[in-house]
Amino acid sequence: MEPVLSIENLHTRFATPDGLVEAVNGVSFTVGEGETLGIVGESGSGKSQIFISVMGLLAANGRASGSVRFRGHEILGLPRKQLNRIRGARMSMIFQDPMTSLNPYLTIARQMTEVLIAHKGSSRAEARGEAIAMLERVQIPEAARRIDMYPHEFSGGMRQRVMIAMALLCKPELLIADEPTTALDVTVQAQILELIGALQRASNTAIVLITHDLGVIAGLCDRVLVMYAGRVVESGPVRDIFRDPQHPYTAGLLRSTPRLDEAAGARLSTIPGQPPNLQRLPPGCAFYERCAHREAICLDDRPELRRIGEERKKACHLPHL
Amino acid sequence: MTDTAIPPGTAPTEEFAGRSLWADAWRRLMRNRAAMASIVILAAIALASIFAPWLSPHPYDEIYWDQIDAPPNFALGHYFGTDSNGRDLFVRTLYGGRMSLMVGLVATLVSLVIGVAYGATAGFIGGRVDAVMMRFVDVLYSLPFIFFVILLTVMFGRHLVLIFVAIGAISWLDMARIVRGQTISLKRKEFVEAAVAGGVSSFNILRRHIIPNTLGPVVVYVTLTVPQVILTESFISFLGLGVQEPNTSWGVLISEGARSMETTPWALIFPATFLAVTLFCFNFIGDGLRDALDPRDR
Amino acid sequence: MPPAAPLGPSPLLSVRDLSVHFTLGAGGLFSRRKPVLLRAVDGVSFDLRPGETLGLVGESGCGKSTLGRAVLRLLPSAAGRVVWLGQDLAALSTAAMRQRRKEMQIIFQDPLASLNPRMTAGETIGEPLKTFRPDLKPAEAKRRIQEIMAKVGLLPQQINRYPHEFSGGQCQRIGIARAMINDPKLIVCDEPVSALDASIQAQIINLLMDLQRETGLSLIFISHNLSVVRQISHRIMVLYLGKVVELADRDQLYRNPRHPYTQALISAVPIPDPDLERAKQRLVLSGDLPSPLDPPSGCRFRTRCPKATEICARLSPSLLEIERGHEVACHHWDE
Repeated sequence: MEPVLSIENLHTRFATPDGLVEAVNGVSFTVGEGETLGIVGESGSGKSQIFISVMGLLAANGRASGSVRFRGHEILGLPRKQLNRIRGARMSMIFQDPMTSLNPYLTIARQMTEVLIAHKGSSRAEARGEAIAMLERVQIPEAARRIDMYPHEFSGGMRQRVMIAMALLCKPELLIADEPTTALDVTVQAQILELIGALQRASNTAIVLITHDLGVIAGLCDRVLVMYAGRVVESGPVRDIFRDPQHPYTAGLLRSTPRLDEAAGARLSTIPGQPPNLQRLPPGCAFYERCAHREAICLDDRPELRRIGEERKKACHLPHL
Repeated sequence: MTDTAIPPGTAPTEEFAGRSLWADAWRRLMRNRAAMASIVILAAIALASIFAPWLSPHPYDEIYWDQIDAPPNFALGHYFGTDSNGRDLFVRTLYGGRMSLMVGLVATLVSLVIGVAYGATAGFIGGRVDAVMMRFVDVLYSLPFIFFVILLTVMFGRHLVLIFVAIGAISWLDMARIVRGQTISLKRKEFVEAAVAGGVSSFNILRRHIIPNTLGPVVVYVTLTVPQVILTESFISFLGLGVQEPNTSWGVLISEGARSMETTPWALIFPATFLAVTLFCFNFIGDGLRDALDPRDR
Repeated sequence: MPPAAPLGPSPLLSVRDLSVHFTLGAGGLFSRRKPVLLRAVDGVSFDLRPGETLGLVGESGCGKSTLGRAVLRLLPSAAGRVVWLGQDLAALSTAAMRQRRKEMQIIFQDPLASLNPRMTAGETIGEPLKTFRPDLKPAEAKRRIQEIMAKVGLLPQQINRYPHEFSGGQCQRIGIARAMINDPKLIVCDEPVSALDASIQAQIINLLMDLQRETGLSLIFISHNLSVVRQISHRIMVLYLGKVVELADRDQLYRNPRHPYTQALISAVPIPDPDLERAKQRLVLSGDLPSPLDPPSGCRFRTRCPKATEICARLSPSLLEIERGHEVACHHWDE
């Protein structure tokens, strides 16, 4: 079956006063129909920039190259007008901070109906009805009354629900959630994760969940991509990745995360050192400096992402971890 | 300690030299062609003004009775011609530059010292003190400036110091407001809290943590204040309330030149060009500094 | 392993009935608006022993950061008593308090914002040293600064570098070095790892635990992340809208949480294991945090509590010691 989104050899670079920053370095993957794909990585790993590039939202000093196909159609570098027919309608994105993505001067009703009117040509009354129904679906109490409120009158969790409702309005085929719960409290995060899970089960929307929280991935995703320094270092089904990580970075990340289901108090195992500078990536493996299993070959020869199992890939020279 | 921030591998032994934000900003400014060109031009104008007596054979106040309203004449050394009193315009323009630049720098310096101290104090202490201090600024703002100057000249006569006082008295107000705003936002920064928790005295917090961090916007504002002050001085002089003969400033020269611009255009063009170029330069430098000091703001 | 908390007789720090109230909306010189009272921290009491780590957890607006700062007297308006080694801090003059600051330090959430961008690492770390030991010769001060830099895992050669030349984790190490340089007895850690990446978080937590073992200092560790707090703390205090809802030893709290809020918090933490995480029975709270400006009557948690009954609206539950060292503020703790 044709994937919803397929990305091939995507590069995203930023020209800064201090030189070229390579945020995304030749990333390829697909998102299948109805699949929930988790993308995990630290800040600067390029996980958000992939989708900022896909949505055509790059900052002025950024350039994306490669291929991004949505349902088989190339969308990278599409003129704004054509891109707008896809983004916001068939493919939408929610961000970490809902306050910055909502216009503080317009009511929720206005912002939600605008999307419907623009993309589906609904009448104002129809659009309003649909918007209220969608707010109810994301469990906003008294949706019919609250729809006429302004964003600042909602709490953080409610705003994120509004964002999800807006993203789902046009029944997108792909929903990209960029750290949707990072700015929220744990109890509210639990509500939102539950909501995303329920929505996913109810519809057949493909979801990409970008996060740094392995727990969030474990709860929601079917498949995981692990990113480091702008590259995919490991990918595979969620159970395999968590049970049997094959890249030293994935393994280190899993081990260094404190967990409630294990004994506390022992020293955490850590990954030494710092993530590399994206302006001066080493010629070999970007994880070399921090890797406990490095060998001579890793210094100069950059490992390609290779198949290591039926659905698994890793970018590491080690045959086995 | 087993897990350090030091990457495994060889650790260099010599001390790294740090690159301060100022050094970074300077590097970025160096790359800004407009700003660098402005600095060079401005330096040339300033040097020419300072060394004016050596650049021209004519004294600035000597009247050549046979050269009244003469056009530029290189043979006689009247590069910019002469004015209606027969004085050499080239040397007068440079002398005018001395006056204008001096007023600009001195008044700005006054505004810098008073404004930074006043604004930082008000912002740092906050509360009622801040409210009273800033309402005082508001009161000063509401004084009509030109009446204020006329009043001063009527009371004390035309005097150079008066111009400094009058311009300095108003130009520190903006500075005080800018510094106060900066101080308030810095006061909430965690590094200031860390200093308080570290037992650092209020005076040292202000000196080490607050004021150095307000300097970025302050420096930018200074480069915009200087031309503003020069313009104000020109305006006052244009009205006939400023510098007194035989001393001169660009404002005075422009005022005189404007009166006879149909017959002796050079009397207007040269001082006006100098003024305009100077103002342009300051503004370019200000822009360049803003970009250099805060690269995220572009 | 955090070193076993000594059960020493005299606490380092005793906090009794500490409250912090902010007046909001107090306008300018001529404003007549009636200010609103925000009870950010309301009647909190606890003891901290030498060498112990007390974790403060709660969601945004629960007053945990305010409490941490009030303990250090960094806030102007605090009622109640903070007794430091037998001495009431509120009774101290500003100058005497400044002297005491040598012994109690703070590290912050945002590593970069907590460093003055115009000071080098060495200047930042050395500032408390300069304040309390002005007699030290520059060479000796530099030696001590480089010593502490090595101890917190920085290269001593980086002494002249500026904050923007360091990564987030390294900046946090500079903040820790600054806090450690005068050998304090207490460090308040205000969300010290929340802004850091997972692989760096673990480094910083280990560093704090190592420093504690080496020097016997006490920590007040503030975080919203329950897994992190559990890792480092000996005892944990859970706050909700400015009030303590539960206080217990670490293992006791996680094994046997008695307050419904604590239970919900613990069950909300995602576990990085697909099978466990999906099988988990989750207690999802309904609704949002009420406004701290207008907290509910009686028990502040009742609007979101699955166990709330009529008594909860009338009566604010007081902290009850249900077993040794385990205190709960709930009418229905044993149901």
